[in-house]
Amino acid sequence: MRTPFTLHLLKFMPRTGWIALAVFAAIALAIMPALHLFVPHDSPFYVSNYAITLGGKLMCYAIVAVAMDLIWGYAGILSLGHGLFFALGGYAFGMYLMREIGTDGSYHATLPDFMVFLDWKALPWYWFGTDSLIWSLLLVLAVPALVAYVFGYFAFRSRIKGVYFSIITQALTFAAMLLFFRNETGFGGNNGFTDFKRILGFDITSPEMRAALFALSALVLMLTLVLGRYLVSSKFGRVLTAIRDAESRVMFIGYNPLHYKLFVWTLSAMLCAVAGALYVPQVGIINPSEMSPANSIEIAIWVAVGGRGTLIGPVIGAAIVNLSKSFFTVAFPDYWLFFLGALFVGVTLWLPEGVVGLWQRVMNKRAA
Amino acid sequence: MSVEQLQSSPEWGDGAANMGHVLQPGLDISHKVILYLEDISVSFDGFKALNKLSLAIDAGELRCIIGPNGAGKTTMMDVITGKTRPDAGTCFFGQTLDLTRMTEPEIAHAGIGRKFQKPTIFERHTVFENLELAMKTDKRARVSLFARLDDAGRDKIADTLKLIRLGAEAERQAGLLSHGQKQWLEIGMLLMQEPQLLLLDEPVAGMTDDETERTGELFKSLAGKHSLVVVEHDMAFIEQLGGQVTVLHEGAVLAEGDLAMVQADPRVIEVYLGR
Repeated sequence: MRTPFTLHLLKFMPRTGWIALAVFAAIALAIMPALHLFVPHDSPFYVSNYAITLGGKLMCYAIVAVAMDLIWGYAGILSLGHGLFFALGGYAFGMYLMREIGTDGSYHATLPDFMVFLDWKALPWYWFGTDSLIWSLLLVLAVPALVAYVFGYFAFRSRIKGVYFSIITQALTFAAMLLFFRNETGFGGNNGFTDFKRILGFDITSPEMRAALFALSALVLMLTLVLGRYLVSSKFGRVLTAIRDAESRVMFIGYNPLHYKLFVWTLSAMLCAVAGALYVPQVGIINPSEMSPANSIEIAIWVAVGGRGTLIGPVIGAAIVNLSKSFFTVAFPDYWLFFLGALFVGVTLWLPEGVVGLWQRVMNKRAA
Repeated sequence: MSVEQLQSSPEWGDGAANMGHVLQPGLDISHKVILYLEDISVSFDGFKALNKLSLAIDAGELRCIIGPNGAGKTTMMDVITGKTRPDAGTCFFGQTLDLTRMTEPEIAHAGIGRKFQKPTIFERHTVFENLELAMKTDKRARVSLFARLDDAGRDKIADTLKLIRLGAEAERQAGLLSHGQKQWLEIGMLLMQEPQLLLLDEPVAGMTDDETERTGELFKSLAGKHSLVVVEHDMAFIEQLGGQVTVLHEGAVLAEGDLAMVQADPRVIEVYLGR
């Protein structure tokens, strides 16, 4: 039986999925921004600056977690260098934000402050065109994609897998961090970029801008989830999980795993980069510590906590870990890393399928 | 299937070598031989797994390969399917395809299907999905992104499900099947690939007598339109198949002929019993 094309297009996600998405869209695109913008500050319904920024940040983390899950949960490739792509996206958009400061910096020069401080006379060539929003957005996508593609091509072609791949990605992000720490690299050294003023001439700290960035993060998260659902329910997704479970079998029935891995790897890097670009204007700073190995490992923990191989799991995991981080680093700042470590060990031992797996187990027991 | 029909198969990837006559599209089996191995040597850290092995399989033939452990049977399959590169020797599929220069997926597309010693299926996919993934089609990544299963494909899967007697298990997770059913599923996946040459490494290991006999019937029905190379230890099964038997020993061919002849060969008896 033939179904109309548009229905066909929607069929990859169950009806409940679309409804959940619509509810989320209503909350994140309309209700939250409205509560932030139009409700008086003393009302109990007012969503504060802190809350809306935290929400925006969480959604950026959730995008990264879903991107990580596509490569780890579905293709079985554990990357411990995804912080690199997030940071590259952040830096690419940060260049635009630095240019938007114009002459309002501490030195009132056309060059960014850190360049004046280093006594540079002109912008390095790779800053060309970064005063254009469009060009910067292009860089946000193209630079991490290129890095991921070239690195992935050689790694996957040489059939590097498992823990070796993880270690190499870890080394990659560490090397990039050292590079970005250097003042000569031209990205502000260990201070990175900060003191942003505007996007397209609008004040970056205004409530309207905060609400807009929040809504935009939500929109990208939703698109990421829909794209992810399409991918994993397509034949491509079935080949991907087959590669994860029995790669040699996949090759002997005539699929070349290289192209499958390379596609999902590059896509995952690009999604991280977009999340990074959305993250930087909301937190107001980007520096090389985003490329530190610990950050990339944390991304893997979000996914493990939420549940690998499901799309909603990483979103939940990113939220749980980061909300507890917000709480712990204020209440018990010295113990956060211990808690994070304990969480990872605990999840590995008792919840190999993450929170989502636990939920499924509970529901199955009820049904039985 | 006649020679002409076999030749009319779709074009295969690159890796074809022109052996001094006009290259024809598809697999060239004009000399009746579908697989040539000549003087193949493979060594791992000084151990000679294959030692100047030469073997020829005719189109449509059902060939059994026996030999004691370590005789090189699995290594031979690794060489044919591109998993292992030989140190020396040539390996041709038909007259034109040099298998030593092709990758595993290219060889699979050229028409060689392989069943592993240990059943290797996608345990977390359903039985139906296992067959769907194996089905002969365009298997490039960008095509898979938008691929939809058409009715012809569905029918083909349904036919194979019936053949391997897993019709009732189509939606079941493959990892939950019994060992014998997994073996059958892997054979089914092989058939979905529509290969011209099937390499079967101990296909009836772990099967009940009844399952073994049915497998034998299936293989006999496949011979003729496909060529089969079966590696087995089960002599009763080999007797049931009734084709030519090749005995491997220490990486080379020790004897070749029908089963009775091979079993009467004093060198074969020596190898199997003499140590």
